[in-house]
Amino acid sequence: MEQQLTQLEQEVLTKIAEAADLKALNEVRVAYLGKKGPITDLLKGMGKLSAEERPKMGALVNTVRENVTAQLEQKVALLEEAAILAQLENESIDVTLPGAQVRIGNRHPLTRVVEEIEDLFVGMGYEIAEGPEVERDYYNFEALNLPKGHPARDMQDTFYITEELLLRTHTSPVQARTMEAKKGEHIRIICPGKVFRRDADDATHSHQFMQIEGLVIGENIRMSDLKGTLDVLAKKMFGAEREIRLRPSFFPFTEPSVEVDVSCHKCGGEGCNVCKKTGWIEILGAGMVHPNVLEMAGYDSKKVSGFAFGIGAERIAMLKYGVDDIRHFYTNDTRFLSQFHQAEV
Amino acid sequence: MLVSLKWLSQYVDVDSLTANELAEKITRAGIEVDAVIDRSQGMTNVVVGHVVSKEKHPEADKLNVCQVDVGEEELQQIVCGAPNVDAGQKVIVARPGAKLPGGIKIKKAKLRGQESNGMICSLQELGIEGRLVPKAYAEGIYVLPADSVPGADVLALFGLDDTVLELGLTPNRSDAMSMLGVAYDVAAILGQDVKLPEITYAAASEKATDLLKLRVENIEANPMYAAKVVKNIEVKDSPLWLQNYLMAAGVRPLNNVVDITNYVLMEYGQPLHAFDYDRLETGEIVTRLAKDGETMTTLDDQERKLASHNLVITNGLEAEAIAGVMGGEKSEVTDATKTVVIESAYFNPGSVRRTSKEIGLRSDSSARFEKGVDPNRVLVAAERAAQLLAELANGEVLEGTVLVDELDKTPVRIVVSPDFINGRLGMKISLEEMLDILARLKFDVEAANGVLVIDAPTRRGDIKIPEDIVEEIARMYGYDEIPMSLPAGDQPGKLTAYQAGRRIVRNVMEGAGLYQAVTYSLTSSANAQKFALKEETTTKLLMPMSEDRSTLRQSLIPHLVESASYNVARQADTVALYEVGSVFFGQTAEGTPVEEEHLALVLTGKWIDNSWQGEKKNVDFFVAKGMIEAVFAKLGLTNHVTYAKAVVDGLHPGRTAEILLDGEKIGVLAQLHPQEQKAMDVKETYVAELNLHAILKAAKEELIYSVVPRFPVMTRDIALELDRAVPAGEIVAIINNAGTKLLKDVKVFDVYEGEKMAEGKKSVAFSLKYFDPERTLTDEEVVAAHNKVLKALAEAGAEVR
Ligand SMILES: [Zn+2]
Repeated sequence: MEQQLTQLEQEVLTKIAEAADLKALNEVRVAYLGKKGPITDLLKGMGKLSAEERPKMGALVNTVRENVTAQLEQKVALLEEAAILAQLENESIDVTLPGAQVRIGNRHPLTRVVEEIEDLFVGMGYEIAEGPEVERDYYNFEALNLPKGHPARDMQDTFYITEELLLRTHTSPVQARTMEAKKGEHIRIICPGKVFRRDADDATHSHQFMQIEGLVIGENIRMSDLKGTLDVLAKKMFGAEREIRLRPSFFPFTEPSVEVDVSCHKCGGEGCNVCKKTGWIEILGAGMVHPNVLEMAGYDSKKVSGFAFGIGAERIAMLKYGVDDIRHFYTNDTRFLSQFHQAEV
Repeated sequence: MLVSLKWLSQYVDVDSLTANELAEKITRAGIEVDAVIDRSQGMTNVVVGHVVSKEKHPEADKLNVCQVDVGEEELQQIVCGAPNVDAGQKVIVARPGAKLPGGIKIKKAKLRGQESNGMICSLQELGIEGRLVPKAYAEGIYVLPADSVPGADVLALFGLDDTVLELGLTPNRSDAMSMLGVAYDVAAILGQDVKLPEITYAAASEKATDLLKLRVENIEANPMYAAKVVKNIEVKDSPLWLQNYLMAAGVRPLNNVVDITNYVLMEYGQPLHAFDYDRLETGEIVTRLAKDGETMTTLDDQERKLASHNLVITNGLEAEAIAGVMGGEKSEVTDATKTVVIESAYFNPGSVRRTSKEIGLRSDSSARFEKGVDPNRVLVAAERAAQLLAELANGEVLEGTVLVDELDKTPVRIVVSPDFINGRLGMKISLEEMLDILARLKFDVEAANGVLVIDAPTRRGDIKIPEDIVEEIARMYGYDEIPMSLPAGDQPGKLTAYQAGRRIVRNVMEGAGLYQAVTYSLTSSANAQKFALKEETTTKLLMPMSEDRSTLRQSLIPHLVESASYNVARQADTVALYEVGSVFFGQTAEGTPVEEEHLALVLTGKWIDNSWQGEKKNVDFFVAKGMIEAVFAKLGLTNHVTYAKAVVDGLHPGRTAEILLDGEKIGVLAQLHPQEQKAMDVKETYVAELNLHAILKAAKEELIYSVVPRFPVMTRDIALELDRAVPAGEIVAIINNAGTKLLKDVKVFDVYEGEKMAEGKKSVAFSLKYFDPERTLTDEEVVAAHNKVLKALAEAGAEVR
């Protein structure tokens, strides 16, 4: 019987080794370890044995059964792993194929410039003031020290709607309206918006464009405050290494008035085609608020002073992104617009 | 303003600086130099020649063979094609090896077999603009004065060894519209004195007032009028130096009398006018306002119709000149003129401005009068002209001036403290430095009791208030010296709720895959009301530049569709654009339109395009609607919005929804009408427009969390057979209003309109979710709730399949 058992063990182990898949292995299990299998038969036949042989034989049968079961389980694990590997191999893909499309839109480059400037100034305690595109002559000109018949009105060709109504030529009327509304309170605002001039559209002119103006009114506001503020602006828009310089100029609503140049971001001031070999690029006009403008809005020009500046979003965008034709901003060619996906961190 | 440095150096010494250095200093101190122009333009080897003989070219009709003395022993043979070349003339010769403007090099050459050693030149060939060349030589070579010396350098002769600064003047600096005005600024910058012209001449014993009577009828329009009378003048060409200065300043030489008036205009900034005394006929000048409908013929041979606010200079009978704008033909100076009247006056700036604008005539004179000339130069300029007429036209200047003068010439007095100046600048400039700057500017100043008392010179009409002094001090001290600071005091900055909301809406649109477009507010009158959400009057420009940009838009859609069409024409597969912009409706009491900010989008072409996976989908109504729904979801408005079928001109009649917010129409969502698509050359195109004001006003400001369900959700589906025309939204409303609180969500999950359905019917399936956040529902409760829904549907006639 012992010999019979050893032989049986060998036979089972061979069958386990030969089993090629889980199904064959299961057949082996059923055939040898099942209720009708030879090992069960052997156990049943133990009744015929003597009392001394019975426990010895019982232990032997159990050892064999355990060994066979262990071998069986090991083989099951092996086959299962192989099956998974085979399935995964089947599921493999070409990882270089393109991903499913996620559409991403983006801001218009002009909005991008405007928001960048808005955020900078909001961080410095400014509010954003907006106003209508159709303005009264009074707010666009008269309240800004430009009475009717003033020669400086020729500086800006205007779209009139009636004698008293026009399309605003700058966002300064928002300043005038804000001053009137604030009734003598201190002001820090930034005024972005669309403005209009009677210009034929070409590579450098647009009858509609985007302006951003700033206004600060308070006690003891000085020209040095204007210069420091514009320096922050220039560095934010064109890089930390930029410097600014002021040149005297004229605007009816400021006195003194200045034009502001920034050192060329392209050549760093050495001179190139962007800065026309001068190392400087004119970017904006500014000045100290004219006392007439303050007085017209009900401020005491003896007690408060202020500064104002105005900047063209197109000009900034053209310089910053190297855009060569202002009409790109208004044709909305998606090949142009989609280039402004990329964030500038 | 063109400033010849040669001319300028008559008044101020600028030799210590190069032209570029000087230009930089002038620019930084306040007058922008737009260009530095080298008048020689690199010209070399151009000399005076004497045409000794001229013969016809044997083989070419239009050419002449000249023997020319160029100051050397041997005559040079030069072939010349100019019609006016002749023996005996002194001419301009570019010698072999010469360089001319425009990169032209002169070489020895053979012209039709005849040797030619150089070229006889016109003034244009020396780089002088054609419009400045004296008329007599406009079509040929220039003939030099007979006393010119062969071989002499022509550059010096024409003053072309000179540099001109082109000034870009701001409207306030009309003082720099004269050589002397520029000289004062340059002298202040360089710390020098100004050398004024010395005016001396011997006057005749005869008195000007004996020949000429003067009457001024309107002192307000003409507060000062001065006239000099000069007899026995000889009208001829001006000397070359004078012609050269005028050409450098951009003025065409004409004859000595006119040239002198122009010279003094450029020198002092005081416009003058010369009348032929005999052609005035009456020996009288009367200045008055014109009669309505009065006419006169101006120098340019045009008949001008005048109005009663135009100031005219008359001979007592009829108009001889439009004051400050243009002279008349009748009393014009001619070659035969013997006696001239030189007018130097102060005309009211506003009056001249209005007249010149009305007539459409802007001259060197009117440009100065309308800014206001220096009251203290009116007489000086008249005397300067008299002197030059004596010197250059052999005239006899009659004694005295015919004069009416009620012009206020007192300077503007400004009292300002150094503290004010430093306070405005944020600087600490000492009193001594301020006094030094004001002295350099030749301002009369006294420092007393801690203030500066300044009398601004009348030539600087722009200096009126303390802030003007701040600017003068700063620009002379140097803007680079101003330190940098930031406004004192902190205050929080922020966006308004509207501004923040608008940014959120932009983010939603961009997250949905749309590019932001910016289009024009102005459109054609035909497009202005197209797709408008309201029926209101439009706002039109008084004088549009074109019909396409004549009217303010009432919808953003037309320009967005144009942009889509533009992109489609350039092979774009997909166009997905949105815009936030103002539209303009009707009229308020102030006369202005109501400006409303709207949000709009346009979609056309492919939307999902994963072609290698076989996934493809073009944009459709529901792609667009999903984007609109995302906006409402982001703003917490989903439950306030409904969509209703609508009909709008230009939109697809079966695929148009108006969008209602709490029952108010605030937008539209649609496919473009196929005819519209065809006209715009686009395929299926979807558009939407929303009143952004209305949406952001309604947007929820607070977000309060509602409980996340902890207990199971029970789902029940219903399939209904409906008439095709019944909108699913209506059924959803019936289900929602069926009266059970346990129903928390209804969704359409299937729509079928195929052959299995009866004619005119469709099947719509809904998925309903029931739950209670506090507990697990029993079957009985769900059945009861669901039965309420079924009952409501049955009552509405909806048949469960
Ligand atoms: Zn550069």
